[in-house]
Order: sequence, then structure tokens, then C-alpha cells
Amino acid sequence: MILTKEQQAILDGAQGETLAKVMKTLVMYGDAFEAEKLVPITSKHNHLVTSFGLKVMSPVYDLMQKLLDADVCSEQTFSVDPRPLDKNVPANALQNLVFNKFMYTKQDFYEDQLKRLGLMDQNAFTCTCYMDEVGNKPKKGDVLSWAESSAVVYANSVLGARCNRNSGIIDIMGSIVGYVPYFGLLTDEGRKATWVVKIQTTKKPEAQLLGSAIGMKVMEDVPYVVGLDTWLGNELNDAACAYLKDFGAATASNGAVGLYHIEGLTPEAVELGESLIAEGAKEYVIDDEELQRVKDSYPVIWKNPDAAPKLCFVGCPHLSLEQLKTWTVNVENELKKNGKKKVTVKTVFTAAPAVLQAFEKTEYAARLKATGVITSYICPLMYMNNPLCKKMPVITSSNKLRTYTSARYDTDEEILKTITGGKNK
Amino acid sequence: MKQFQGRVVTPGEVTAEAVVTKEGFNTLASFQMALQFGDKEVKCGDQSNQELYGKPLIGKALCLPQTIGSTTGGLVLYCACAMEKNPACMLFANHIDSLAAAGAVLADVWVDGVTMPVVDGLGDEFLSYVRDGMTITVKENGVVEVV
Repeated sequence: MILTKEQQAILDGAQGETLAKVMKTLVMYGDAFEAEKLVPITSKHNHLVTSFGLKVMSPVYDLMQKLLDADVCSEQTFSVDPRPLDKNVPANALQNLVFNKFMYTKQDFYEDQLKRLGLMDQNAFTCTCYMDEVGNKPKKGDVLSWAESSAVVYANSVLGARCNRNSGIIDIMGSIVGYVPYFGLLTDEGRKATWVVKIQTTKKPEAQLLGSAIGMKVMEDVPYVVGLDTWLGNELNDAACAYLKDFGAATASNGAVGLYHIEGLTPEAVELGESLIAEGAKEYVIDDEELQRVKDSYPVIWKNPDAAPKLCFVGCPHLSLEQLKTWTVNVENELKKNGKKKVTVKTVFTAAPAVLQAFEKTEYAARLKATGVITSYICPLMYMNNPLCKKMPVITSSNKLRTYTSARYDTDEEILKTITGGKNK
Repeated sequence: MKQFQGRVVTPGEVTAEAVVTKEGFNTLASFQMALQFGDKEVKCGDQSNQELYGKPLIGKALCLPQTIGSTTGGLVLYCACAMEKNPACMLFANHIDSLAAAGAVLADVWVDGVTMPVVDGLGDEFLSYVRDGMTITVKENGVVEVV
């Protein structure tokens, strides 16, 4: 890698040993991908993936402390993934004991570190930092040092920013130095599609199921998706963006997708069309049968696979304001149809703190509360990330949550029926 | 015995028993429960990976195409190394991915006294040949011997 004089001086220790190690990390990281240079980060804010003060992750907090002690903080402020705990979310005494006395004992300590490292504000805890209400929305062409797989794939694909699938810790190290290695999704060549995915379903595919199918097939490659604009239209409106948010999260967690192009919809596909498709690109056709095959392949690892669901999470990644409104109306209508007043399964809708604040200002907030649904800012994955939850029959329409926990994946439609006392086929 | 030549991502020499997956290795899903709840064998917790689910990972030669999933993957690998609960080495058939590379580099630069050789680009034939339980020796120059 060719470094500028300034970058080389940092690597040689001109600004201290700790910053030299940060630079060495980025150079070695770039060397693994034959990166020729480091390029400046241009986004206003950064986004970090590590939001949780897990006792077991002490090596991470020790490293953060080394950065703080050496006073090598970033000039950027940042948002960070959701908090792991919220008293509003149902938990029994044993769970609360495990959460507070065993698992997340470092939460306050780590949040203090985050503030000192440059947290945007005390509410900047969400995986959907790019929501207007949150205010960390990069511009097309911005170079980022973000982590959080669902945010990276959204920033690349829907916003047209440029970011590799950086790991936690690498995210803040790039931001501290102000540069990231130039490779992969930062380059025009790396943004070309090596798969053409043809959507041939008879109805609008479930976002998180379609994303899962594509993620498992293409792994870390870039797919160019044809035929989805039939169902989503050609405008990046709220509904399309929410769909792509959920779709992308599934491609990134069930595979390792960092960028997708949707023909006629996402910015680079609109601008460059089929010229984005690399020579020799492979083809994957998705029809109703293929989606069913993928859904049927998910294992259900509840202690009793036939148990009645006891808890439901919707909002991984966090819901948008429009999604909260739509779910409110859908839950109301379905309850009415089933002759019920309240949801029959404890249900938690999760969204960014700033989105929830905006939601509270709408008439929908009281209506949703009346159905018995709880809203929260937590990360459902962090809530379920313990053996106690393995025994709990939890359902979700998040394929990301399914991947990392014992939660069972159901479609939005199935979830709606289940939580309102209706019957699924 | 068969030899494969790969590219050294982080150097080192080690001999260990192989555990093999032909699917993407989800680092977070594989390590999260074992690291958090003190599983000494660090058994793979990824329910979606039927080849590895429940198998010990600590001290093994982990043979894989690439890692997938959450961008916590690199820091989880870094933590596993810092806690000395890491595989003995990681051997990639494909080019290494950004999360695994981050984990390997973070461990190499920031963790004292732990060596986890990482070699990539070993090719599809490597992954077709190697089986669970085979003995793997990784050389400093990226040569991988499989017996």
C-alpha cells in the first residue's frame, strides 16, 4: 500500500504508539485486500456496531480505553447500534437477574466510553441510523467507515454511499485516522454485480425471505435484482425504502451481502442500468416454490417446536415511522376481524428512540398502545442472546433475528394472524 | 498427505485437527453463546450450520470458504483470541472476507502472546479434500499440509 507522507509518519509513530497501532491495523486490513491506498472518509457521522456492555466482551472495552487514554479520538461523531435492555420489554425475574447481574454488567461503563469517544447524542442508539428522525444519513458517493451489516448494505444500496462491510472496532479506527483502505465496495469494479437475480413470483415477495434466499445463494457477491420493481415501483418512497431495509438486512445476515442493485429503483441501477452487471455473471431465478423451499429449510430449535408462541418481536432492523403506522392499522383491523381487543401474544415493536419520539406525536401511538403492543428501542437480538431464551417460543418476522437466536421466523402476515388470535393455514 | 499453497494473512506455524464447513461460517452465531457462557470447548452455536453445530472450535484448524453475517464478526474473533478461546488457525478456500480479515488483524496487532495463523486462497480443492479429524500443519510461508 502506498501511504502519503502524513499517513506514513503516523504509522512510524510520529503521533504516538497507539495511533501508530491504529494505522498499522488499517494498513494490514487493507493489505489483506491488496488495497493500493487509503482514501479520506467524507461522511459527516460514523456508525458503530458495538452498543452493548457485555461482561464477556471486556477485550473490546480494554481496547477502547487504550484509545481514550491515548486521546486518539475521532473528529466525527457517531451513532451506534441499539441498547440491549429496556424495562418496557417483558422479562421474568430470572431473565432480569441474568441481564443485569451477569450479562450486561459493563453497559454503563461502556456507554460512558462511547460518550467520550464521540456519540452523537444520548438517543443515537439504533441500527437504522439513516432514518431522517435520527439524522445520520450519508449522501450518494460519501465514503464511510461504518459497521453494522444492515446499515452498511442500506447505505451502499439505497443511498449510494461507499462502505465496505467493516467489522466492529475497524469502524472506529478508520474514523480516528480519517481514512479507510480503498478496496471492494469503495471501487467502481467492486460495485459491479456478479449475480443476476430474476424475480418470478406471483405476488410481492416477503422482504426478509427474499433477502435470505439471495444472501444464502450469493454469499458476499453483489446481486443485480431484476423484476422486483414490478412489486416495489420505481420510486424510493417510504414503503420501498422500508422494504429494502428489511430485504437488505436479510441478505447481509443470511449471507454477507454489502451491496445490491435493484433494477429501475436503487440509485446506481437507475443511473447505470445493466452496465453494472459484470461479464460472466451467474443467474438465480426466484419463484414461489424457491421461496417456500428456503422458508422450509429454517430449523425450529425451540425446546417444544409445537409450543404456542409466548413473545413476538417485530423490528429487526428497527422499524420506520411509516412501518409503525402501517402495523398499527393492520393490528387494529385484524383484532377487529377476530373479535379481540388486545393482542393475544406479548408483542414488542422496536424502533429508533428518535423514531419512537416522532411516533408518540402521532395519533397512532395511543391506538397501538390500546392494542397491547409494546414499543421499545432495544435490540431484540441482544435481548434473546442467552440460553434462557432458547426455551422460550419467540416468533419474529426478522430473518436476522432468526439467524442469531432461537426465534422462529414467520412472515409478517403469519405474525399478524398469530398475535391477534387468528389462525394461520 | 497433500499440500496446498495459500496466501498468508497473519503468519504463524501450527499443527491441529481439522473441523470443516463448506458453508459460510457465521462468526457471531458460532461463538456468541460459547464465549458468553464459559463453554470450555467453545462448541459452535450456529444452528444454521449443520456441519459445525455443536462441534468444538477451540484449538482446531477451522477450514472454511469464508465468514458471513454480522459485522460484529471481527470483534468476536478478536475477543475469542484475547480470551484464548480461538481456533488454532483459520484456513480459507476463498479470498478472505472483510470481517475475518479484521478479526485476524486486530488479534495480530492488539493481542499479545496469541498466534492464530490465517491463510486464504487455498482453493476449492482444499475444501473438497479436507475432512473433520484430519491433521493439518500450517507453515510460515502459507503451505498447508493435510494428513
